[in-house]
Parts: sequence; structure tokens; C-alpha cells
Amino acid sequence: MNNFTKQLQFSVSLLFLLSLTGLIISCGDSSSSTAEQDVDAQFTADENNGSITLSNGFGAYVVADDVGKARHIVVRDNGDIYVKIRDTKAGGGILALRDTDGDGRADQKEYFGEYGGTGIDIYDDYLYYSSDTVVYRVALGDELVPTAELEVVVEGFINQGQHATTSFTFDNAGHIYVNIGAPSNACQEQLRTPKSPGQDPCPQLDRQAGIWQFSANELNQTQEEHGVRYATGIRNAVALDWNDNVNSLYALQHGRDQLSNLWPEYYDSLQSAELPAEEFLKVSEGSDFGWPFCYYDPQKDLKVLAPEYGGNGEETGRCADMEDPIMAFPAHWAPNDIIFYNSDMFPEKYRSGAFIAFHGSWNRAPLPQKGYNIAFVPMGSDGLPSGEFERFADEFAGSGGEIESPGDAEFRPTGLAVGPDGSLYITDDQKGRIWRVFYQDNSEQVAGLVR
Amino acid sequence: MASGWLFPIFDLFITELLNYITLRNLLSFFALICLLAACSGGTQNEEATAESEETVTEEETPQVDAQLLATGETVYNQYCLACHQANGQGVPGAFPPLTQTEWVLGDDIRLITIVLQGLQGEITVNGETYNNIMAPHAFLTDDQVAGVLTYVRNSFGNKAEAIAPEEVAEVRASIES
Repeated sequence: MNNFTKQLQFSVSLLFLLSLTGLIISCGDSSSSTAEQDVDAQFTADENNGSITLSNGFGAYVVADDVGKARHIVVRDNGDIYVKIRDTKAGGGILALRDTDGDGRADQKEYFGEYGGTGIDIYDDYLYYSSDTVVYRVALGDELVPTAELEVVVEGFINQGQHATTSFTFDNAGHIYVNIGAPSNACQEQLRTPKSPGQDPCPQLDRQAGIWQFSANELNQTQEEHGVRYATGIRNAVALDWNDNVNSLYALQHGRDQLSNLWPEYYDSLQSAELPAEEFLKVSEGSDFGWPFCYYDPQKDLKVLAPEYGGNGEETGRCADMEDPIMAFPAHWAPNDIIFYNSDMFPEKYRSGAFIAFHGSWNRAPLPQKGYNIAFVPMGSDGLPSGEFERFADEFAGSGGEIESPGDAEFRPTGLAVGPDGSLYITDDQKGRIWRVFYQDNSEQVAGLVR
Repeated sequence: MASGWLFPIFDLFITELLNYITLRNLLSFFALICLLAACSGGTQNEEATAESEETVTEEETPQVDAQLLATGETVYNQYCLACHQANGQGVPGAFPPLTQTEWVLGDDIRLITIVLQGLQGEITVNGETYNNIMAPHAFLTDDQVAGVLTYVRNSFGNKAEAIAPEEVAEVRASIES
């Protein structure tokens, strides 16, 4: 009896082992044949999440790699991904990605578009994207690479070398908002020259250093004829997004550089590395955030007068009237994208909050460079941060996080998008990697949402 | 008879075998000799190179004025490091690197002119395009300009001739005239 049982157990075990082996082999061979496997693959993180760290419960994998200088990104309802590339070296200024076998990774990669740039978004089934001087759009069809005729939405932005990033976003009332950066560090009479005073008034504020509003649907508009200067005194807001929950525009400013280089009598290199804060701005029509006259000192918690306009690091002068940020981030982190999270894949605390991509600093030298990460800011129903920010995704620079020079960074986060299922997509313009971040503990619930 | 019939074949076989072995051995032998020769030659060459480099370095060191280099390092840290970085690598997409590029190692006059007059517009450095602004640094003295350029030409893995203050003075005069 005992022997028989043992033999039976042995046989069953053997059978089980054999079938398991068979299963493993067949699993290894097949590349996504059932929906269940697709879902598994879609939510199986890469080792080390593709070389980044994530908050607890999240996983990530690399959707595409070595794609060029990947800037902003948008994911269409059908899962197709469009990435703006800074140049056209790879064969086009836009990269289109499609997953054809259901594992979440891109199999089809197509470059198109004649212009390099940063801004890209989808609005009313049109793909909008910008070069340094023009916002274009093209109608999206069934095909991955749109074949419709390219249309000009807005043109006539000043061609500028510095801060030439015409990034943009949309509201829910038919408007597009375009960031036009300042073509300088601090509107000095002589650009980036020690002790050169600021121009007063600063002529750059007329058509730059602010956010302009246009119709989202009208074609062939020009900045001078059709543009409304919606907000001013913003040095460069590469990151901007509309928050549907409070119906308001938000942006992040790249703060000024080189306080100690230009004004060594007032600032040493340690102060210069920590000043000024990168500002998180709630933008209303008519907002003035004070550039180039003012910068935000996070220690003093106020806007102080820039040395180019008679400041010495202490005086506030005319800056008392300027709008303050709703949150201050460490200096020189370089916010390059923001997206409000209104999906339900991520846990409750992330809903309605803001993810912010920081490109990482260059202007902290001789101190180590910092800030190569994705931050998350919880937002209250009043439209203001409801708590401190967390470093949601980190160590893009490499393990340890601190580097001597930006060229040493492994990756530099630049763009963010939320996919139809609530996954967060992140781009990098150093090596050209694109990640998809998902909440792992929730994968079963999410499976139902996947086609 | 059998052996008589077989012998030629055996003989041929042995001969072939011997030939083969000899050929192989010879080839191996030659290969070994060549390898040894190459190695020892290589070692000698390397030593020679190292020696000549040392000699060159020893000869050049007095030429690159220590005072000039010290001035150059101070100027670099104050005015250049923020953009071109502590390692001379610049910032990808924003400020070009100063390493292993003709912009730094090549034409003296062009290099001096850039420091004095600044640079604006699109340039290509080591295959990458940059479109930014470098401020003019004419406020630096001839010694400071010569110092910083000599420092950059002999830092971050660069090795190129020093720039003399007199050269800077000449370029400055030609720009101003």
C-alpha cells in the first residue's frame, strides 16, 4: 500500500515535472498567443525596471531604446505612441511606435516629419507638434504614420538659439497655449557677461519669456496677429499642462543660471548652486512671475531682486508684486514636462496629482549635478499641492544619482505621457530610452481594460 | 609482395606525414618567431614611445609656464566651468565639449578670437550641433586669455601647444583695428 502510494506519487510528480517542463518550453517558444499571456507580458517589469528606481508597487520596462533625442511624448487611445525628437538625424523629427504582438514593447518604429523640436500632443484626432518657430498639425487616421496634409496652426515665433522650445498644451475651451522661452539668461545688456546690467525695460518680454494663447482649431495664425500674451515673466516653461480638475494652466520655470559667475561679489558658488528655486506655477490670464527682474529664493520664501536690476541677494524691490510659485523645487533641476494624472491604474493618492520630469542640472558645478528624476506632487481640490513631493522615479543619472557633469548621466528624463490604461510613459533624450511605468499590485484589475 | 605493393603508399604516407608535420611545425615555429619578434618589437616600440613621450613631456613642461597654467585654471573655474563643466565635456545639446576637437586643438587665431569676441549661431563640434551663445570675454587680460587657453589645451586629456600672451595681444589688436 505504502509502496504503491509512493510509486503513484513518484509517477504523478514525474508527470507533473514533465508537463511543467513542456509548459515552460512552450511558453518560451510562443510569443504571445493568448490574451492572458499578453497581459502578463504587458505587466512584467524589466530587470531593474530598465535601470531606474520606482516608488513601491510600481514596475517598468523599456518600450523602445536608442531612438534619438526623445523629448515630449503622447500616447493615442489605441496605444500608438508619438515621440518628438530634438533633431531629424534618425530620419525624421517624430518617432511613431506601435506594439503589434501585445507585449507592450514597440515592434514597429517609424520616423517622419521634417522638423526637430520638443512639443507634441493629440487634440481632436489631430497630432500637433512644433518646430522652434511653428506649431503644425496633421490628422490621424488608421495608419501609424499619418498621411494627411500637414497644416500650420501658428507660425512666426522668433527663431532663437537659447530656450527655443515651443512646447504647448490645450485647455477644454478650444485654445492652445505655447511656451516661448526667453532668448537669454537674465536679459543682460551683454549676454551672460559678468556684471553686465539688465535691460530695463526688457524688450524680450514683448514676444518671448511667456505663454501665448491661440485658437487650437484655426489655421495659419501668427504670433503677432493672433497671439494673446496669456502670462509673462517666465524665463522658460518647457513643462506646461492644463489641469482639468480646477480648469487652470500650470507650468514649471527653468530658473536663471550663473549667479556666482556673473555676480561674484554677491554670490559664491555654493549659493549659486542652490539659487534660485525651480518654480511650480499656477498660471492665470495676466500672471506675471517676474523674470528677468526677480528670482525666487526658497530660503527666504520670496521673490528677490536680480543683481542685474540692482539686487544684492537680499533686496526685494519691485518683486513684491510678482506672483509666487505654488511649490519650489531645488535649483537647476530643469523641469522639462508635467502631466496631471487623471486615470485609475495608480493608487488613490496619485489621482489628480502631477508628475514632473526633471532633466537634471548642469549649473551646479563645481558641486555635483543633481535632479535627474520624476517627481510626484499630490494636488488638492483647491488646485494647490496637498503635500510634499516624492521622487517617484529616480537614478536616471546612474546609481548614486550624483554626477560631475550632465554628459555623465546615463539618462535624462524629458517627456511624460499617460497611456489609455493609465500607464505612465517617460522619455530620455540622452540615450533615447522610453519606459512604461505601471502599478504591479493592480495588474489583475488592469487586465480587464486591456484589449 | 604485399609489402612491396604497400611500401610506396606507406612511404608516401610517411613522407606526407613528415612533410605535414614539418610544414606545420615550421609554420608554427615561424608564427611563434614572428609573434615573439612582434611582441618584443612592440614592447621595444612602446618603450621607445613612452621614452620619447617622457622626453617630450620633460622638454615641454618648462615651456608650458606653470604660472600661465595656474592663471588659466583660475580663469577657467570662474568663467568657463559653469557651461563647459569641470571635465570640459560641456552640456549635451547646450554647450559644446572642449575635448579632442579642432576648435580647441586647431587654429590659434580662431580660438583666441572666440574667447575675445564670443560665439553665436549654429556650430558643429565632434558631430553634434550646438546653437547657443558664448559671451565675449575681451575683459580678460592677455595673460588670462593665454592662460585659460593653454590650460584647456593641456587638460581633460587634451595635449596641444601653449598660447602666448603676445599672440593674444596680436589678435586683440587686429580685432580692434
